Amino acid sequence: MTGWWDPAVWNLGVIIAAMAAAILWGIHRARRGSLLRVRRIAGVEAMADAVGRATELGRPVLYVAGVTDLDDVQTIASLGILGAVGRQTARHGCRLVMPTDRSLVLAAAREVLRESYTAAGRPDGYTPDMVTYISDDQFGFAARVDGIIARDRPAACFLQGAFYAESLLVAEAGAQAGAVQVAGTAMSHQLPFLVAACDHVLIGEEFFAAEAYLSGDRDKLGSLRGQDVVKDLALGLVLIGAALVTLAAATGAGWLAVARDGMLRLLQP
Amino acid sequence: MSSSLEVWIAAALSLMVLSFLWRDNPAYKFAEHLFVGVSAGYWMVMGFWSTLWPNAVVKLVPSAARLTEPAGPVPAREPLVLVPLVLGILMLLRLWPRLSWLARWPTAFAVGTTLGYNLVRYVRSDFLAQIHATVAPGLLVTSGGAVNWVATCNQWLIVAGTASGVVYFTYTRGGAGLRGGVARGGLVVLMVAFGASFAYAVMARVAVLVGRLQFLLGDWLGLV
Repeated sequence: MTGWWDPAVWNLGVIIAAMAAAILWGIHRARRGSLLRVRRIAGVEAMADAVGRATELGRPVLYVAGVTDLDDVQTIASLGILGAVGRQTARHGCRLVMPTDRSLVLAAAREVLRESYTAAGRPDGYTPDMVTYISDDQFGFAARVDGIIARDRPAACFLQGAFYAESLLVAEAGAQAGAVQVAGTAMSHQLPFLVAACDHVLIGEEFFAAEAYLSGDRDKLGSLRGQDVVKDLALGLVLIGAALVTLAAATGAGWLAVARDGMLRLLQP
Repeated sequence: MSSSLEVWIAAALSLMVLSFLWRDNPAYKFAEHLFVGVSAGYWMVMGFWSTLWPNAVVKLVPSAARLTEPAGPVPAREPLVLVPLVLGILMLLRLWPRLSWLARWPTAFAVGTTLGYNLVRYVRSDFLAQIHATVAPGLLVTSGGAVNWVATCNQWLIVAGTASGVVYFTYTRGGAGLRGGVARGGLVVLMVAFGASFAYAVMARVAVLVGRLQFLLGDWLGLV
């Protein structure tokens, strides 16, 4: 490869261009007023109920944005959900507690909450100490979060982000405290624990769609529609690819072999 | 029973942490605060010596390398590291309310570079690699020429599970009819996969518990 152009990965350019086009089309349609229907996501709808319950009980809401830094898209997605949860706690006057394990997440979360409280017309409700730094150590952080849950007894726990082995430690503490727990992660190995210990779980892609759903923002909903087109594209590639590979192997036809090779080249990671 | 002070401290702290299973109590609080304090201090020191020192101090003042490695080579000066250093200093301006707005720049830089860098990486690993791995012959034969029905069924199960899973994760399409049925099938596939993963992970956690019990009963009490 020389310079900015690597012809060996042309397929990557084609796929990214197709994805971008689909998402831009979705946003364009949304801006032109096309009716956007989003199917019900139970976990997302439970968020408002959880904040309402915490307000009624006079107990805080706990928000954990996972244990990874800002270089993880799950953390960034989690900050989007935090913005929506922050607007709800601001409107209800409910106390929000957010321990973090990364300094950059601490800084970004404070900015997000400041904007959320301002957008909700309650800038005075925001205080920087809503978000606190605990420790970069995974289990040190989990131990402290467990302690916070045991002492503050939050009525709602939002575990949204990338979690590792500490996921069940935190989720179990929340379940013992009787909190309504809404978890969301794309960590496939931790999802079973969260499904077992939490009331609602945003599974993988649902977690990334939650912010668009919660905000109701047309651009974000349009992007969601574009992403659905990309998923249809993926589905088509899987089904057509599997059929081509099978038929080429079964019949030995030359043109099918050429089509199969072209398909596999397009899908080369 | 062990006569090592370290083992006694480790055993006492283990029991303090395990006491949380009963309820929150002063012993757990002590272990928790000690753990958080020690780990925060440890990571701060690690952050300085493994990140700030080699990547900022040594690259700006190469002779500083002699302080940690007297016999090691002196690297070339790299003024470009001033950029991340300045961004890092901007983060600290958060402490001064009048200049705190400048702290948004390094945060924005971190988020922007993360999204840009990960775009290509995820398209490769989470999109193309997954589809490429799923696209395989749906009719598998043994070396003798007979159809291998087990492998063939496995392959179609993978394709059907992947397809129904993708349909489940679409949001702006209708949830009724054929698509709704396929989506419900995708949810079943997900739950079966979670069940298997849960059982596997529980076994791993049991192994961790056994290790801790072996320490308490063996290294500490000498019973096993």
